[in-house]
Amino acid sequence: MSTVTTPPARHASEPPAPAPAADPRRGMRRRGRIIAVAFVLPALLLLGALVVYPVLFSVGRSFFDASGDRFVGGDNYTGMFRDPATLKAIRNSAIWVVVAPALLTGLGLILAVLVEKIRWATAFKLLMFMPMAVSFLAAGIIFRLAYDEDPDKGVLNAAVVGVHDTFSATSSYPTARARDGQGLTKEKDGAYATADAASPGSVVHLGLVGVRPQDLPAEARPAYPQASRTAGGDELTGVAYLDFTPGGGGTQGQVDPDESGLPKLRVEAVRDGETVASTTTAADGSFRLTGLDPGTYTLRLPAENFAPRFDGVSWLGPTLVTPAIIGAYLWIWTGFAMVLIGAGLSTMPRDVLEAARMDGASEWQVFRRITVPLLAPVLTVVFVTLVINVMKVFDLVYVIAPGPVQEDATVLATQMWLVSFGGGSDQGLGSALGVLLLLLVIPAMVFNVHRFRRSQS
Amino acid sequence: MRRHPARHTTRRTALASCTALALALGATACGGDTPTAGGGKSLAGQQVTVAGTWSGTEQKNFQKVLDAFSEKTGATTQYVATGDNVSTFIGSKVEGGDAPDVALVPQVGVLQQFAKNDWLTELSTKTEDTVDSGYSPVWKHYGTVYNKFYGLYFKAAHKSTVWYSPDAIEQAGVKPPKTYKDMLTAGRTIADSGLAAFSVAGQDGWTLTDWFENIYLSQAGPDNYDRLAQHEIKWTDPSVVKALTTLGELFQDKQLVAGGQKEALSTDFPGSVEKVFGPDPKAAMVYEGDFVAGVAKDQFGKTIGEDADFFPFPAVGDGEAPVVSGGDAAVVLKDGKNPKGAMALMEFLATPEAAAVWAEAGGFLSPNKKLDLASYGDDTTRQTAKSLIDAGDTVRFDMSDQAPAAFGGTKGTGEWKLLQDFLRDPSDPKGTARKLEQAAAKAYQD
Repeated sequence: MSTVTTPPARHASEPPAPAPAADPRRGMRRRGRIIAVAFVLPALLLLGALVVYPVLFSVGRSFFDASGDRFVGGDNYTGMFRDPATLKAIRNSAIWVVVAPALLTGLGLILAVLVEKIRWATAFKLLMFMPMAVSFLAAGIIFRLAYDEDPDKGVLNAAVVGVHDTFSATSSYPTARARDGQGLTKEKDGAYATADAASPGSVVHLGLVGVRPQDLPAEARPAYPQASRTAGGDELTGVAYLDFTPGGGGTQGQVDPDESGLPKLRVEAVRDGETVASTTTAADGSFRLTGLDPGTYTLRLPAENFAPRFDGVSWLGPTLVTPAIIGAYLWIWTGFAMVLIGAGLSTMPRDVLEAARMDGASEWQVFRRITVPLLAPVLTVVFVTLVINVMKVFDLVYVIAPGPVQEDATVLATQMWLVSFGGGSDQGLGSALGVLLLLLVIPAMVFNVHRFRRSQS
Repeated sequence: MRRHPARHTTRRTALASCTALALALGATACGGDTPTAGGGKSLAGQQVTVAGTWSGTEQKNFQKVLDAFSEKTGATTQYVATGDNVSTFIGSKVEGGDAPDVALVPQVGVLQQFAKNDWLTELSTKTEDTVDSGYSPVWKHYGTVYNKFYGLYFKAAHKSTVWYSPDAIEQAGVKPPKTYKDMLTAGRTIADSGLAAFSVAGQDGWTLTDWFENIYLSQAGPDNYDRLAQHEIKWTDPSVVKALTTLGELFQDKQLVAGGQKEALSTDFPGSVEKVFGPDPKAAMVYEGDFVAGVAKDQFGKTIGEDADFFPFPAVGDGEAPVVSGGDAAVVLKDGKNPKGAMALMEFLATPEAAAVWAEAGGFLSPNKKLDLASYGDDTTRQTAKSLIDAGDTVRFDMSDQAPAAFGGTKGTGEWKLLQDFLRDPSDPKGTARKLEQAAAKAYQD
């Protein structure tokens, strides 16, 4: 094109042309500006109405009390840092921001690098990315179930309990216990021992309660026929029985006709703190400890008979709830981090890697010295995006944490909602929390915008 | 840009008129089929809109009541389900100039809020007379704000019922207890039989507040209960500490609570019913309101009265047996379009005739003592209804429903959370009382 056409605006600083010629140019410039403003206006209006105004309103609202009528100055802000629930929310948010993005970026990087080397890379990526398609609410409900403490409901605890039970035997009577004042006393480790000493030749019955009839082993037989047995000179004998007559009746501490024996119970004879004989009860609960020297013994039912059932891990208890929810978050976002980092990886110049390998660098050295530094910009973008994302995490926390531990799991976003709408109905304090959240997100935002600018120029 | 809302409106109008048409058709069909002898259909051609939280079966049964009203007066009715949050729903309708004529509110606190916002019309003297003669004064009291009678309690709940599995207590050889102390003794005997005594739904804070309220009402008496509900006495009051101590004694007894405190905290309300009436019972008794029967019947196929029965929450110490209740109150909204129809509906709802319609359908208790107990479909419901009516003026409303939501009605905070903490560690009733007082002071703002 020739130089006769209108010069672009940045030439405005050139010495002005003769007056008559300047007028149309200035008019054109003004028109250009008007057109520009006309184009920008809708966006500006939308931004103003949807972003700027709410932000300013929240800032203003945060200086008023719950009703919105009384100006309270900075009270909401000071109150915020005195309220234990909010402090916990701040602490939890900090844990989230430190742990979740770092773990995700690391996981994403490792998976992206490894996936490059496998044959079914696309299928694998697809699989990893799939949780992104699940809504947070649905994912929350899924994980709430997975983390359920009852092994019959929660798949994680079912696995934990399953593994535990294959390696350590379960006890036959986890719920059994002795009544107080019926001759058996509980020891510190959970075992039961007779209160009175017995010498060989005597008969001792051991009565327990707290076992449901349907929980008795199938081979259990009534204990009554054996209750009148006698002992030889060098033996201690008796029955271990369930001291409860179904339907009531019966005498406590006595073997009644309908009462069942307790089979497979380990019984020990203890003398001066040392176990000298032991046996296991028969189907009718009877036992016989033979070959005892004269002297006094106590009978002991060791704790292994009563070891409580292993309940698994209390995932949603106060201590583990935040790590558990972060776990659910990882499940959703790992695919995202992996795909983004994978994209950065595929645009990386291969010749550098080849050159390094030619020079004898090991795979680890290539990864550590070449891949990671070259990927640094992508890693930062992923990391910062995730930081911003983690700040506003709400649904997962709200859905997964059960009522009793909600306060232990709360983060700033849930706390903000709870305080303003979820029953607190103090929108002043809620706004203050919102402003705090905004202040915390701003540095990450500024950083991201800066990076974006730099990468464009 | 503009086309979008326009299209939306058109669709909505179409939908609305469609619904109205369907309703009108339904109503005429209904009216046509059953000609009523006498009784002028004074409201023929008028429409009364009713909003309530009921959905599903409850909505269907309430519709029967509304149909009976239509049949009687000739007015057509339209029921709108509000979802769980009545106050937000009604609030937005009032602001938007589209208020229903009649609303059913499930909490005393919400009723008071409506009255204070000046959204309600005082009920007609005819309704008031019917209520004076047919209801215990306590129900009128809960429907009255600033000495004006606004709320008619149409449906009630009985929250002082302990549900048990007859098989389980028979197995243990005990009888339904009459006093709280007997209940604990019976509970320990049941524990000896191998089953825990109670399943406690600690994951749902409201069940714990109900436990506390029953003990407090019986132990400290109705006067203290009212004062505590109004926050006129503090939660640090010795009577509160005493009730908490009583409750803590039960909570920390491993034999009485299925799975101990830890398991109770991870059990929700349906789960607690399952532990008693489910396929693999873990406990013999579960305390909650009359609605336990519904869960036991619908989810676990139990026959109420045979496989599942109840005894009234027993008296604690020297007190009377408590009757804690709740209910849905019908109110007339000032901004409704058909005040005359609304008043006529209220007059109808106050009659035993209206209550009988739903009572026959089941899942309903009426606070109206003129309602013939024979109207109820089964014996167990009849007994619950009788217990509620017999309690007369000693009936008290669920305290947590009377409190501001931040204290008495929010998951994870206030009374719910503090009682859950108390269930986890019941060793310090005084400390819990102190924390409750702090939370209450904040929520009541006094």
